[in-house]
Amino acid sequence: MPRFRSRPPVPPGLLDRHLEFLAALRKAGLSVSLAEGLDAVAGLGRVGWGERETVRAVYAATLVKRHDHRTTFDTVFDLWFPALVGDGVGDEGLDHPDHLDHGPDRIDLDQQALHRRRQDGPEALAEYQSRLEAALAAADDPELGRLAVEGTARFGAMPGRGEGMSSWSAHQAMNRIRPGELADRIAAALVAAGEDTERAETLTASRIADFTRRVEDDARRRIAEQKGPEHVADVTVRPSIDRLDFLAARRTDLDEMRRLLYPLSRRLATRLAQEQHARRRGPLDFRRTVRASLSTGGVPLTTHHRPRRPHRTELVVLCDVSGSVAHFASFTLLLVHALREQFSKVRAFTFIDHVHEVTDHFRPGRDIVETMEELSASTAHAALWGRTNYGRAFTKFAELHADALGPRTSLLILGDARSNWSDLGLDALTTIKAQTRHAWWLNPEARRNWDTGDSAATAYGEVVPMVECRNLTQLTDFVHDIV
Amino acid sequence: MTWFSSPTDATRRLADVGYLTDDATATIGYLAGALGKPLLIEGPAGVGKTELAKAVTAACGADLVRLQCYEGLDEARALYEWNYKKQLLRIQAAASDDSTDIGNVWDDEIFTEEFLLTRPLLTAIRRTEPTVLLVDEVDKTDVEFEGLLLEILSDFQVTIPELGTIAAAARPFVVLTSNATRELSEALKRRCLYLHLDYPEADREREIITSKVPDLDQRLATQLVDVVARLRELELKKAPSIAESIDWARTLIALEIRDLDNDAITSTLGAVLKHASDAERAIRELRLRTR
Repeated sequence: MPRFRSRPPVPPGLLDRHLEFLAALRKAGLSVSLAEGLDAVAGLGRVGWGERETVRAVYAATLVKRHDHRTTFDTVFDLWFPALVGDGVGDEGLDHPDHLDHGPDRIDLDQQALHRRRQDGPEALAEYQSRLEAALAAADDPELGRLAVEGTARFGAMPGRGEGMSSWSAHQAMNRIRPGELADRIAAALVAAGEDTERAETLTASRIADFTRRVEDDARRRIAEQKGPEHVADVTVRPSIDRLDFLAARRTDLDEMRRLLYPLSRRLATRLAQEQHARRRGPLDFRRTVRASLSTGGVPLTTHHRPRRPHRTELVVLCDVSGSVAHFASFTLLLVHALREQFSKVRAFTFIDHVHEVTDHFRPGRDIVETMEELSASTAHAALWGRTNYGRAFTKFAELHADALGPRTSLLILGDARSNWSDLGLDALTTIKAQTRHAWWLNPEARRNWDTGDSAATAYGEVVPMVECRNLTQLTDFVHDIV
Repeated sequence: MTWFSSPTDATRRLADVGYLTDDATATIGYLAGALGKPLLIEGPAGVGKTELAKAVTAACGADLVRLQCYEGLDEARALYEWNYKKQLLRIQAAASDDSTDIGNVWDDEIFTEEFLLTRPLLTAIRRTEPTVLLVDEVDKTDVEFEGLLLEILSDFQVTIPELGTIAAAARPFVVLTSNATRELSEALKRRCLYLHLDYPEADREREIITSKVPDLDQRLATQLVDVVARLRELELKKAPSIAESIDWARTLIALEIRDLDNDAITSTLGAVLKHASDAERAIRELRLRTR
């Protein structure tokens, strides 16, 4: 069981810790009911609090009922039930720069500075790096865990002026340790161990990333220990990937989103098919009903119905692929394309200040990654000068691709409606809209940012209804609704 | 009925019947038995969700009652149904026999056990022997059907209007599996313990493969697990799961391949990857094509 250092705001005690933990989960967006909390306590009563991973498993099984909440859960769990406190046991040799037990005073700070120099000199760093290199090359899991803790303590400490004011920075620790510099040597060691060059490089990169994550976790744990987990949870717990804003996504998030996209579209397609089946009962099929009634002596016990003719729309997608919203556009395109059997025809166009048709890049059974790469490569065709100009794009679209529109077409425009103060081309858009059956505008910006700066959201919104679409959940909901 | 006495006991007994678990799975499996709560298992296809239910059955010497879910599954096929043909015959027989009063037949005789056809859910509830109830692919059912499950999962009882409420004689060990093609309702999830089964770690996967395919030698098993792990890192439409690894191991045995080199992988890739674009991608990324 983790040992908790008593802090004034949080009284010690398992029940309080448990309740706080539940409250934190709720705050992070997980719906944890009272009954589930009781289940967790009942479960923990059976298996005991002896093993941290068992406690985690029990909490996860009773409280987290959606797998995409698991990452959030793990972050919160690590904050409320840290693996160790301070430097833990076994690191006695390592003097802590910031003794919480002793009252801090100025003389102490000087001594600490001296102390730190000894702990944290170039030699110590070199010695640490060599141990890290060995551990990374051997993928020695427990040793890496210890090194992460030690690394944060030694190189990531930012001593403050008083108790509770010192802090830890993973960023600083990683800047000092510089595992990137070790990469070549680790890769070489792996090659010597029989891996091929490219594989060795991927392995090295993933191990270093993993180590970085551990150091970040450890820094977070230490800060939480001092300032209280609530404080850290507010800052560090990120929304789950399907609720993450497209515009706020980092590189790794985008990769994860892309990985989610295919299963997501499959799920959506299944749901749509099911809903269509449920609505399949059309008008009464009289002939079949009478025929079936013969076996029950002429009493029509079961009625038979004609299947309803499914209604399928033609979809034209027109997306802004300029830097800021390019990812949003490609996600939407891929999702729409994955659902192409729900539409009779899908045509896709991209624009920045010129329009370019990209329908050909989507072929059934194509690899998602390849399609995305081709899409970004073709961006150049959509630009003449490279500055977003909605007005020009709409005018060109009406001129060149008017054949794409018809009375059965639904038009989907994707973009942030930021046209660099140029002509908005409202007339062209009105003409385009008049030729279609439905039209929607998806805006990846939060509604509160509409009409700020060069955004012409309201002006465009008056012509074409504008919908806020910031994350994968909103996107799937929207696509589901239009189908 | 105690199912497992502790998580370690669960690990050991499941391993005895050939199902190798990790600690989390064993703990949750133990809890599901100890707390008498249903166990909802989600995860990609082929990681052993249904197998877990079968393994619990075998490990505890219980019997398995299985309800395979599908779209349009209803009460009559999941819970119970009145044998109306037999009821009709009984009424007709009574009508031709003047001595009995038809009113009595209607009430007392035709809505009895004799005319009740029990379906899997009711069967599982009424059994007195240890029972594992497997509700397979629960996400395939309609939302209305979930409502039906709620009474059974929380109170282990079934209400039949004509007979009254039938409570479980002994609590069955309930396992629900789902491929997460649709989001299950909060009400259903709240009543269950949740377990997400994922692809196993390399060591455990190797153990599983060697226990299922004993002829496979250790070196080949290690190679195979390594390649499968690398395939899972790629962005594929369907990443290979344990079932596919085992199939692949069997394929290698059947073809008497002793060493998993690039040619061998390329020629047998069809056993693990089921999409043409996935196979192409794997060949390109793993540089399998011999130059």
